[in-house]
Amino acid sequence: MSDTRTEETTDESAADDATVIAGSEEARSKAGSKAGKPAAPALGFVGGLRFIWTQLTTMRTALGLLFLLALAAIPGSLVPQQSISPVQVNLFLDQHKTLGPIYDKVGLFNVYTSPWFSAIYLLLFISLIGCIIPRVVVYLRALRAEPPRTPRYLHRMPAYVSTDLPADHRTDAPGAGRAVGDEEMIDLVEAGLRRRRYRVVRQSDGSVSAERGYLREAGNLLFHISLVFVLVGVAVVWLTNFRGTSAVVVGSGFANNLAQYDDFKAGPLFNEKSLTPFSIKVNSFDVQFETGAVQRGAAREFKANVTVTDAPGQKPHNATIQVNHPLRINGSTVHLVAWGYAPVVTVKDGDGNVAYSGPVIFLPQDGNFTSAGAIKAPDARPDRLGFEGLFLPSAVIDNTGPHSVFPDLYNPQLLLNAWSGKPGPETGVPESVYTLDKTGMKQIMDPKNPKQPLRFILRPGYVQKLPGGGSIQLDGVQRWIKLQVGDSPGVYIAIIAIGCAVLGLCFSLFIRPRRVWARLRTTKGSTVFEIAGLDRADARTGLQEDLADLLDDVVKRPGPRTEETT
Amino acid sequence: MTAQTFSSLALVTAVVIYLLAFSMHTVEWASARKIKNDEADAVREPALVGAGGPDVVPPTSGSAPGSGAAATGGSAPLTPRQRSETFGRLGVSFTMIGLACAIAGVVARGIAAGRWPLGNMFEFTTMAMVIIVAAYLVLARMGMRWLGLPVTLLATVGNGLAVTVFYVAVAPLVPALHSVWFVIHITAAAISGSAFNIGGLISILYLIKKRAEDKGTVGSMLGRLPDARRMDVIAYRVLAFAFPLWTFTIAAGAVWAEYAWGRYWGWDPKETWALVTWVIFACYLHARSTAGWKGSRAGMIAILGLAVFWFNFIGVNLLFAGLHSYAGI
Repeated sequence: MSDTRTEETTDESAADDATVIAGSEEARSKAGSKAGKPAAPALGFVGGLRFIWTQLTTMRTALGLLFLLALAAIPGSLVPQQSISPVQVNLFLDQHKTLGPIYDKVGLFNVYTSPWFSAIYLLLFISLIGCIIPRVVVYLRALRAEPPRTPRYLHRMPAYVSTDLPADHRTDAPGAGRAVGDEEMIDLVEAGLRRRRYRVVRQSDGSVSAERGYLREAGNLLFHISLVFVLVGVAVVWLTNFRGTSAVVVGSGFANNLAQYDDFKAGPLFNEKSLTPFSIKVNSFDVQFETGAVQRGAAREFKANVTVTDAPGQKPHNATIQVNHPLRINGSTVHLVAWGYAPVVTVKDGDGNVAYSGPVIFLPQDGNFTSAGAIKAPDARPDRLGFEGLFLPSAVIDNTGPHSVFPDLYNPQLLLNAWSGKPGPETGVPESVYTLDKTGMKQIMDPKNPKQPLRFILRPGYVQKLPGGGSIQLDGVQRWIKLQVGDSPGVYIAIIAIGCAVLGLCFSLFIRPRRVWARLRTTKGSTVFEIAGLDRADARTGLQEDLADLLDDVVKRPGPRTEETT
Repeated sequence: MTAQTFSSLALVTAVVIYLLAFSMHTVEWASARKIKNDEADAVREPALVGAGGPDVVPPTSGSAPGSGAAATGGSAPLTPRQRSETFGRLGVSFTMIGLACAIAGVVARGIAAGRWPLGNMFEFTTMAMVIIVAAYLVLARMGMRWLGLPVTLLATVGNGLAVTVFYVAVAPLVPALHSVWFVIHITAAAISGSAFNIGGLISILYLIKKRAEDKGTVGSMLGRLPDARRMDVIAYRVLAFAFPLWTFTIAAGAVWAEYAWGRYWGWDPKETWALVTWVIFACYLHARSTAGWKGSRAGMIAILGLAVFWFNFIGVNLLFAGLHSYAGI
C-alpha cells in the first residue's frame, strides 16, 4: 500500500520501457490477481491462507480498510467515551435505558479500544507490512540495477530535443577551437547528466541512458515503515506509561507515591518502584480572569508557585507550574490540569469540641466555578455531623437557583444543608470525599419551620449554630489545584517516527523520477544529436526545458536550433 | 478609529469586493457560452503543468488572449470573446483589491489583538481566505484564471460567514494557547486547510469537466477549463502539498497537547476528525493509483475530504464540547 504510485501515466508511451519501477500498483494488482485467479476451487489450507494474504495486501483492501478506519473513528466523537468523560457516559446510560446497554455491548463507549476498531487498524497495519516488505526487496534490487537500455525511437518519448550537427561539426566547436569527436560529445552529455545527479550508463551502442529520482520510492517506503513505528511507539507508551492526578490545596503538599494519588492509571509494564520520590509543596496559586466585556470570565493566567524537593534529603527549590509549562522532575512530568475552591471551615460538635477544621475541596460544576462538595465531621460527639452543598465564588441567587456568575472571589458564599446521626462504625471502606454518605444520618430541619430542611448561607467569618448543638464556621476560602504526574517512555519513538513519516512523504510526493537517453544518430551522412526523457511521476513539468538546457550544455552554441516535439 | 474597527471595516469591504469579482467572473463564464465553437478559446496551459507530452491539445490559432481586451477601447460592440476576456480580467483586478482589503483587515486584527491573529474561528477563517486568494492569484498568473469563479465565491462566503456568524471581538488568549505551538500548529493548519480547499475546488471542476468530456458535451464554457486529465494532475499537486503539511499539523498539535493538557492524544472530537480528514486524504492518494478508483472516484474522495475538513472546522467547534472549544466560538 503506497499512495504515490503515479508512474503508470507515462509508461504506455514508453514502449521500450520494460522494467517497471519498484512495485508500482499495477504490478501489485497484477500479482494479486495472478495469485487470486487459480483460487477458485480446491485451494487447500495453505492455498487459502495464501489467497487471504494476497487479498489482504492488495491496494484495494488497503483502501477499504482506510475508509473503514475513518468511518469507525467517527462514533467516538458522537458518543461520550469512558476514557474521556465517564460522567457523560453515566448520564447517557441514565437517559437511554434501551439504547445505553446496546451501546455498551458493542463498545461504543470505548470505541478506540473496542475489538472492531482494533481489528481495523491491526488489519491495516498487517496489510501495510505485507505490502512494504516485498517492495523493499524490489527497491533494493532496483537500486543496484542499471538505467534501462536506450529505446530505438527516441522521438517517440514524451520529451525530446534534438539538433542537427553539420557534417563538419567535429571542427566547428566554438571556444576550444579543437575537434569534438562523437565520443567526446557523449562524454559531455554524460558529464552534464552526472552534474544533474543522474545515474548514467554508457550503453554498448554508444548511447547514454540515465536515471534519477530513486529517493521517491525510498521516501514512500520510509513513510510506510515510519507509520509502523508510530504504532510501535504508541504500543510502548501504552505498556509503560503512568498518569495520576492529585488535588492539592494551596499551602499543602504532595509526595509522589501511590497513596497520594486520587486517581492513577498505568500500563501493564509499569513498575511502582519507578515513581521517583519527589515532593511538591504548593505555596500559592495565581489566577486571573478576563474582567472586560469580551469573553468576561475567561481564564487569562494560571500559575502555581511551588517548592520542589527532587528526592528526600535534597535541597528544596522553587518552581512554577503553568498551563503549557509543565514541570519535569527526574523523568516525570507534572502538569497543572485543573483547579477549584476549597472553603476552609471549622466544625464544632455538640460538646463544644472542634470536630473538623481545615480546607474542604469542592468540585467546580460550571465555568464560573459553582462548586459542589461535602463537609464531614465523623468524629463529632454526641452526634456525628455532615454537610452538603454549594460554594459560590461570586454568588447570585435568582429564579434559576443559586449559582456563581464569575469565577473569581467577588461574593463568596457557602450554601449548606446539614445532617446528623449516631456515630457509625469505622468500616474502613473508602468513600468519596465529595459526597456525603447519609446512611444512618438524619437531615437537620429548620427550627422555625420543622417541615423544611435547614438551609443556611455562610460568608467568610460567619458561624451557623446547629439546632441540635454544634456549629460550623467559614474561616476563609483557599484554592486547590489538580496536579497530574505522568511519564510516557517510548513516546519519542512515535515522535521521531512521525518526523520520518513526514520526511518520507515529502520525498515520495515531490521527487520526480526521470529517465533520460542521449545518442548520436547518423543517417545518410547527416548526424542528429538526440536527447529524450521520461518523467515517471505524473507530471512532466520542465522536463522539456531541462533537456533543452542539457543540449545547450553539450552543443555549446548560442541559440541552438532545437527541434521540439510537443 | 481603532485597529479593531478598521479591521472589521476592511474585511466587510473585502466581502463586497469579492462578491463583485465573483459577479465579473460569472459574466466572464456566461459570455464564454456565446463564443462559437469554431473559435473556442484555446485554454492557456498552466505553466505549472508545463509543456510537453503528446496529449496536449495544440493551441488553435485564434486571436491572442490579449487582443480582445485591447479592442475594448473602441466603440464597436464587444464580441462574446472580448466580453468574456474583459470581465475575466476585471474579476482578477477586483480580486486583487479584495485581497488587499482582506490582508489589511487581518493585519489590523493582529495589531489590535497584539498577537498572531489565529486565536478563534473568525481569525482562522479570514487568514485562511487570505492564503487561498493569494495562492489563487499566483496560480492565475500561471494561467489558471479558470479558478476565479469558485475561489471568489468561496472567498465571499468564507469571509461573509466570518464577519457575520463567527465574529468575536478582540480578546486575549486563554492560557492553553499561550505557547509557541500556537503559531506553529494553527498556521500549518491554516495553510494545509487552504490547500485542501483549493484542491477540493479543482476536484469539483474536474468532475464537472470529466462528465462533460465523457458525454462529449464540452461546450465553449467548459472549454475554458483545461482537459480533465490535467485538472486531475493539478488537484493532485495541490493536495499532495497539503497532505504532508496536514500530517505535520496533527503531529505538532499532539506535541502541544502534551504541554497544554498533559497528554499527546486524547480522542478529543477535533483530534478525531483531524485524523478522519487525514485518513480520507490518504484514501485519495491511494485511490489515484488504484485501478478502478483513479479519476472520478478519486475526485469524489477529495471532495469528501474537503467536506470532512469543513465539518471538523465548523461542525466540531459548534456542535461538540471539546478541548478545542475556546474563545466563545
